[in-house]
Amino acid sequence: MSETITGPLQKFVSALPHARALGMRLEAVREGWAEVSMPYDEKIVGDPETGVVHGGAVSALMDTCAGTAVVSHPKAGVSTATLDLRIDYMRPATPGERITAVAECYHVTRTVAFVRATAMDADRDRPVATATGAFTVAK
Amino acid sequence: MKARPEPVQVVKQRRDAALRALVASVPYIRFLGIGFERRGDELTGIMPFSEDLIGNPILPALHGGATSAFLEITSIITLSWATLWADLESGAWDVARIEAGDMPRLPKTIDFTVDYLRSGLPRDAYARAFVNRSGRRYASVRVEAWQDNRARPFAQANGHFLMPARDA
Repeated sequence: MSETITGPLQKFVSALPHARALGMRLEAVREGWAEVSMPYDEKIVGDPETGVVHGGAVSALMDTCAGTAVVSHPKAGVSTATLDLRIDYMRPATPGERITAVAECYHVTRTVAFVRATAMDADRDRPVATATGAFTVAK
Repeated sequence: MKARPEPVQVVKQRRDAALRALVASVPYIRFLGIGFERRGDELTGIMPFSEDLIGNPILPALHGGATSAFLEITSIITLSWATLWADLESGAWDVARIEAGDMPRLPKTIDFTVDYLRSGLPRDAYARAFVNRSGRRYASVRVEAWQDNRARPFAQANGHFLMPARDA
């Protein structure tokens, strides 16, 4: 899993300044599917008392991962923008652990790509958050 | 005879110090460079533009995640501020306690739905949140963000929050 991914899609994630600022890394990708992770860092803490990461950072990770799943879909084109994204926060991510998101672009029309995503920490059986969204399809 | 009201500077100083301390306590708010302006109890979130907020370097446009975080932070601070404001006014909480690091617990996000209305420009962004309902356990918030033109929001969101337990 720590095998480095090179090529246009790794560049896609590292070319996004905000994704780079949060230390995001593309872990795996195939057609319409992507896995992106983000390291724990004190600067993204939302609750200073517990050290739990802010929901906003988790949502940035899910958005990046979902967008990567869209551009990796053969029918969706090379660039995309989020139309809407709904995130459900199931539980706080364990402080100190890397957060990993997986996203699946499960349907693409001529104009819209539909995506669902899940974020996990080291305990992969209990998701931290899930998301569903609609993204634009580049012509 | 009724006691004279406190001098306006004293009241303002207390409210601004409480707001500053509330915002400064969250590392992720500092990381994004977000600040808040206050008019009475009304808050406006401000996210100054920075290259680190860019999601699409070709356009360029703000990252959807940065926009979403800005909206969520504005919602949480606005919700928390409403409670803190009431507690400051009643004397249930005081600034000395806040400045000593004894912060009220923040609401936790249950779900958050963002509508991206147009792409975020490489400029400062502003946001204001409206509390639809704030109960003992749950709250519902609507929030809107704009840039150059207040009448043309570039993103809006609706969220539900779990309110912190209040000391009995």
